[in-house]
This record gives sequence, C-alpha cells and structure tokens, in this order.
Amino acid sequence: MPTFVYMTSCDGCGHCVDICPSDIMHIDKTYRRAYNIEPNFCWECYSCVKACPQNAIDVRGYAEFAPMGHKVRVRREEDKGTISWRITFRDGREKNFVSPIRTTEWGSIKGPAEYDVPEKDALNSQELAHEPDALNIEGGLPALTRKQLKKGFRKGL
Amino acid sequence: MGLFSNRKTHFVDSDVLVIGGGMAGCGATYEARYWGRDLKIVCVEKANIERSGAVAQGLYAINCYMGMQWDENQPEDHVRYARNDLMGLVREDLGYDIARHVDATVHKFEEWGLPFMKDPKTGRYLREGKWQIMIHGESYKPIVAEAARKAASEVYNRIMVTHLLMDKKKKNRVAGAVGFNVRTGDFYVFRGKAVIVAAGGASHIFKPRSTGEGMGRTWYAPWSSASAYALPIQVGAKMTQMENRIVLTRFKDGYGPVGAYFLHLKTYTENVNGNEYESTWYDDTKKLVGDYIDRHPVPTCLRNHAILKEVAAGRGPIRMVTKEAFKDPHLEQVGWENFLGMTIGQAVVWASQNIDPKHTNPELTTSEPYVMGSHATCSGAWASGPEDYAPDEYQWGYNRMMTVDGLFGAGDTIGGTAHKFSSGSFTEGRIAAKAAVKYIQDMGSDEPEVSEKEYESLAETIFQPLETYKVGRNEIVAGTVSPSYILPLHGLQRLEKIMDEYVGGISTNYMTNEWGLKRGLDHLQMLQEDLLHVGAEDMHQLQRAWELNHRVLASFSVAHHTLFREETRWPGYYYRGDHMKLNDKDWHCFTLSQYHAETNEWAMEKAPVYHIID
Repeated sequence: MPTFVYMTSCDGCGHCVDICPSDIMHIDKTYRRAYNIEPNFCWECYSCVKACPQNAIDVRGYAEFAPMGHKVRVRREEDKGTISWRITFRDGREKNFVSPIRTTEWGSIKGPAEYDVPEKDALNSQELAHEPDALNIEGGLPALTRKQLKKGFRKGL
Repeated sequence: MGLFSNRKTHFVDSDVLVIGGGMAGCGATYEARYWGRDLKIVCVEKANIERSGAVAQGLYAINCYMGMQWDENQPEDHVRYARNDLMGLVREDLGYDIARHVDATVHKFEEWGLPFMKDPKTGRYLREGKWQIMIHGESYKPIVAEAARKAASEVYNRIMVTHLLMDKKKKNRVAGAVGFNVRTGDFYVFRGKAVIVAAGGASHIFKPRSTGEGMGRTWYAPWSSASAYALPIQVGAKMTQMENRIVLTRFKDGYGPVGAYFLHLKTYTENVNGNEYESTWYDDTKKLVGDYIDRHPVPTCLRNHAILKEVAAGRGPIRMVTKEAFKDPHLEQVGWENFLGMTIGQAVVWASQNIDPKHTNPELTTSEPYVMGSHATCSGAWASGPEDYAPDEYQWGYNRMMTVDGLFGAGDTIGGTAHKFSSGSFTEGRIAAKAAVKYIQDMGSDEPEVSEKEYESLAETIFQPLETYKVGRNEIVAGTVSPSYILPLHGLQRLEKIMDEYVGGISTNYMTNEWGLKRGLDHLQMLQEDLLHVGAEDMHQLQRAWELNHRVLASFSVAHHTLFREETRWPGYYYRGDHMKLNDKDWHCFTLSQYHAETNEWAMEKAPVYHIID
C-alpha cells in the first residue's frame, strides 16, 4: 500500500525522508512537503507513517490488488511504549489492537564498552561477549569435537 | 578527479569496517567494540540503521532460539533440523556455531527491552514452534540499532557501498570499500583493516507476481539488493549454494507470514475441494527425492512441491483453514497482530478485500524466488569455520572469513547456514566481528593500503550513469525512451524477465534446464554490457542503478550454480527439467563458484559436506 502524504497536514519536517528504508520519501521542491516518489518500491513497512509527527502520512493499498475504501492507521507512542492499530475494512468493519513495543527506557541499553575489559586471552577463546554467563547454562559454551564431523553422504542424514 | 572535480571525496579510516547495518551488521558492530575497545569501528548503511534491513518493519517471532537453559533443544538438534530442511546440505560446523551462541544473544535482546511473550504456566518464553519464540517486535530494529550506535565509533547512514577495495601490496587482501552518499552525491573512500560484509540478500532478481504498483510488495524487502553477494563476488570470493533460491508459501498478494498460523494457531491447509492434498503426492515425490520425503518435519521445498502439483492438477488454490482457530478471540488477536508486527501490507489487503479469516479461509500462493542466506535457504559466501572443531577443509583462517584475506561476512552474506533468521544473523555478526578483531591484532603493523588509482577509477565508474543521462537526455524531446541509455527500472525489469523465464521463476512454474540456463546467461551478458549505458537522473536513480548492478552480478552466480548442479535437489524451489531427480551419488556436495573479474569468467567446483555423526 504505497504511502501518500496529506497536503494540509505535512509541514515538510523530513522525518519520513530520514527514516524510509527504500529512499522513496522525498520533499517536493515546489510545495516543500514530502511525497512518495516511487510507490512501486514501497514495502508498506509503515516506517514513515510511524515517524511522522503530524500524522500526515497514510497508506492506500496497492491499486493492483487492493480495492479502495480501507484504512490501516497506526499510532506509535514511544513514551508509553505502545503501538495502536485501527483496521477499517472496505465494508466499514473495524478492528483495534494495542501492543507493547519496549519494556525499558529508550536510550538505556548498556553499550559494550561499559562492561569490564575482557582478559587478553579471552580473545583466543570461542566465547563471545557476556558468555558463558548470558547463556544461563551450566558447563560453559557447548562445543563439538573434530571427530564428530564426518565427510560425505550418509544414508538418513 | 577530472570530470567529477566538484564532488567532494571523504576519506574514512577504520579498523573494523561493517558494511550494512541490519541485524548482522548491528551484531558485528556491537561485538567489535566489546573486544576492540580502542579500535575505530565504522558501520555504513544504505538507509538508516534505525529502520534498515529485512527487520525494518518489525518481527513477531524470533525463529532461532535453542532454549538450552530449559533443556528445550541443544545446538546439534538445530543442525539436524536445518540439514533436514535443506535436503542434507548445510555447513554443519557453521550452523552449530550459531546455535551454541544464539541463546546469549536473545537473552541480551530481552535485557535491552524487547518485549517477549511468556508462557503463563512456566514463565518461559512462549514457544510458537520448536525453534520459534513469540515477541512484540515492532521496535526490534530500533532497539538493536540503539545497541549498535552505542558501540560504533561512527555510523554512516545513506551511503550505498558499491565496491570493495583490495590491498595494493598483498594479493587477495581486502583494504576497504567505496560508495556514495545517496543524498549529497559525495564520494566515500573507506579504509578498513578488516571488512565485514553484512548487507542484504536478493529480492527482485526474479519477476515478482505483482508487477505494477504492487511490485514493492515482495515477501523479502525490495531494498535487499544483493549487495551481500555482489561485493564479495567482485573481488573473487568463493560463493556457495547460490542455486538454492527460496520460494515461500504465503498469503496471497500481501505475502503475510504463515508460521504463527501453522504452529501457534494450528491452522492447516486444504485444496479448493476442502481436502488434504499432501498425501496425494507422496509417491510421486518419493520417486524424485527418495526417503527425504519421510523426514520430519517435511522439508519446506517439498511442501511447496505438493502445492504446485495440486494447483497444476486443477484443485487450487490452496487455502488456509482459519475459520476454526479464529473463533477463539485470543487466537484471532494473535493472527492479526502477527501481520501488524511484521507484514502490515497483508492486513491492508484483507481489509481492502473484506477478508476476515473468521469467516473466510484465505488463499495462499507460492512467491517468486529470492536469494538469501538466513531463512529456509543458504546461499552466500564460502566461509572459514570455527577454530575449535571445523574440519581442515573448512578452515583456512579466521571464523567467518571468506576466501579473501580480511574479508568477513555475516547474515545473508554467509552461505551454508540456513535457519539463522534475525537472532542467528545478529549472532553471526558477533562471531565474525570477534574474529575480525583477532585478525587485526595478529596483523600488527602490516596494514593494507588502498590504491589511489583504483578508487579514482571506481569513482568514474560509479558516477557515470549521471553523465550518461545528462548527455543522452538532450537527444530526445521528453519521456523515458532513449537510444543512448536505459533507466535502472528498465534494466531491472529485463533482469527479472530473464531470470523468470530462463532460470526458473513463476512463469515456468520454477522449471529450467541446461539450454534455458545457457540462453539466460547469454541474455545476462548482454544486460551486463548494457549496464554501461544506464542513465540516472538523480542520486536516487544512481542508487537504483547500483542496486541493479549488484542484482545482475548475483544473478550470474545463481545461473552458473543452477547450471552446474545437474540434479533437482530442492523440488518446490526449482526444477532442472533435464535432471528431475535428486542424486546423492554425484551431488551430495556444495557447489562453489569464483568470479574472475579480469577475464569475466566463472569457475565452478564441488566441495565436500561434513555431517555431525552421533
């Protein structure tokens, strides 16, 4: 469902331009507002719709197979940690859904350099950062032995 | 820089250069910082890492989690599962390596704030299936990107990397990469002591079922433009299993996921008469593949095969029986949220067509083929295995290093490791990055150097489509038809048609043969020549032009591999009409290719498969 932008709502802030993974939200040079320059490269990922501070972006299902009159609207609220959806069918039926999007504060992830510097020898081991602790298992990182790998076709494998 | 003297050139030095900021690239960036505290770690992304890669839209499940802490599965179980699904051929050393680390990755995701569904009785992660756990993953990518941003020295968004750079002193050693900013048009020269390719696989190399406004609604993201393969191929890295393209059975038009429907909602499929159909084709399939049809679970390609046969017999479409499950309001909610969390377009299709699965059993279809390394398929670069147990034939350097020194890969880039999905791709990025840090440490002062001659010549090549358009455009009054150039979309549609008709796309029901493949290669050759005459009107079209270049190079590889493997290993993904049976005697092996840029030739060879023996 390619996206489109409502003329009266868009203020040309460019958030959609900044976020679009397909590089298809651009600012129109005459109107100084955003629009979808290449609807046939739109994945309908809603990244721009979610990012728009003015709720100016909406989606109209691909003309190729989507009859008109439907709506799938979204409100993503980072401060609340939720995303809310309203689906409106062509015949007017509605469905509403709300899901959590994050359980921690935005920006709260502890970066890898904030952990203690690993021992020098650890670079030679097979353990990755935070292992073996982060595996939550006894006995350390599992490993195969070379003998367990045999070359060639074997019936049933 | 002659013609391009107005264009700024930026030089960026790095120790670890990560190309692509999707799941694998974010994992690589994070891990590189953990081990390389003083290193300069640079992540380069074509879009914006906040919402880039295949997980841009979110995910409703993590499809690769062992659950070792609850003794749900062990890494070797996952290897057996992936091997079984890929008809016997996976790099079991690499697959085991991801499986033994992936739980730690997933536990970190939870700590970072990704919402996991829990089983109310046990408190464990809620299982969708044996390997899948359910999440509220709308912000999966923003969360992972936050971790990567905290790790990187610099993140460069909106840079399309077009080529790798090779060391001017040592043969077969990588030294960096070049690309351009898709907004400013500035040229970028990245120098890296180690380079990790974590770019995307390939959508849009085969003609999609929707070719008009809906062509972007491919199952796999339209921005996955085969850079994962083209970048290593250009510099002569060996590739493996590039013939192993994937075809997905999904809800019609929107390509909405079926995993949760099958596994969690317990919906099932039936033919147009309301009958089960897989058993109808059991004997027929057994004649093609032998006892692989008796495996559990039935391999993904063979399930496709039954659908294709049933539809060809006139009893299509295959439909998903949802009416029973959707009577339960909780399951109905899961069914819809599953789409909203990862394939919103399917919800739009159903809303637009008044399809409520509570009242209508929706149609399924088989998709156009895609080339990738992380799903139920394993195309990609041939990589060195883990040091502690990989057989000698799989080990020539550092873990996840390709056959080019200093060039590492992860995610869709690395071949032979099916079923890694999002969590496994992030994990593989971590594995590659730790090895890359060790590679840099061992390198000492013997650092690679980029060649000025090489990157200046590449700059001319990269920006040529702008010049071609500017000159050619003056020849014609208006419109898109020129005798002097083709537009990127023209080239893309030609590529899709060639691959579709000659290399086993939807219009031939995934059928190809030797003659067709050779004819396809002739057409690809002419297309590659025409790529010298692609015209780009602006920077956005220049990005499309280079995406097309990457797709074409990957397509050559796919066609050569498909030609080389003289059997039908994965019926339901594609068929070699001249070799319809699976042939373990001659083809229980990996196929490897190597592109020689100087002669424009492809060399093919076989490589052995090693199995874990109990």
